[in-house]
Amino acid sequence: MTLDALLVVAAALVGIGVYGALSQQSFVMIMMGIELIINGALLAAVALWAYSSGGSPKGQMLGVVILTVMAVEAALGFAVMTNVYRVRKADITEKTKRLRG
Amino acid sequence: MTSWAVDSAFAVFAVAAVVTGFLVFRTDSMVRASFWLLASFVNVGLILVLLNARFLGFSVVLMMAGEMSVMAIFMVMLMMNPAGLNPMTMVHQHRASVAAGVTAFLALAGVGIVVDFPDDPARQDPAQVTAELGVEELGDSMLVFQTAGAALLATMIGGIAVTSRRGRYGTADEGSVPPPLDPPDAESAL
Repeated sequence: MTLDALLVVAAALVGIGVYGALSQQSFVMIMMGIELIINGALLAAVALWAYSSGGSPKGQMLGVVILTVMAVEAALGFAVMTNVYRVRKADITEKTKRLRG
Repeated sequence: MTSWAVDSAFAVFAVAAVVTGFLVFRTDSMVRASFWLLASFVNVGLILVLLNARFLGFSVVLMMAGEMSVMAIFMVMLMMNPAGLNPMTMVHQHRASVAAGVTAFLALAGVGIVVDFPDDPARQDPAQVTAELGVEELGDSMLVFQTAGAALLATMIGGIAVTSRRGRYGTADEGSVPPPLDPPDAESAL
């Protein structure tokens, strides 16, 4: 287990997340892509804490903040998705093109 | 734990995290997708435990177990393809997305390998690491910790405000209705 290996795994998670968030049509699946991106960011942050911060607990605080961001993203994503469905009857991105002229 | 045990456990968890993360977008059932994502998160949490960040690692596992169960319920509500019996591909701009994902991976992995990060590993005593995090959370970084809590509270209020069917200006289904100009009769209001 080296820092390089950990960062490559984190990069792979971010890459898969970017692919998913850009390619999926369903709102929930887009959210799962965003979650994967944050997952990779969390892994990278904790890996850098473990290998090159001298063990300062502030590095782990960054991890706590990332966890919070993850929770906020999921909760507000669900809320906005519920409202979009209620107002527009849309559950995929293609159905929200009404603003396009 | 000996070093080779940690290394082989890391290899297993790392491959599992990436493979299950990829299966999220390859399965035909959206419910299964949420459980694949849970598996990916659990593997990342176990890697964090191997890195001695036990509090964070188990927090990830605990949080994601709850979050993905809720996610699975939403998946059932929004599922296009019940039970995943039929093949399902719901993608747009597929080629550009693959290119963007591969580019992001290569760029980030390249940065991770090329950049020479300082070699200053954390201590190896997990109990002490966790104790230090606790002191930090309620000491120097208390403002950060409290701000995270306030942000979560604001999220709860915002989530309820966004999703509530009946708002201040009428129901969400009818759109925004301006309030009447005349104030309601005080007698009839009683």
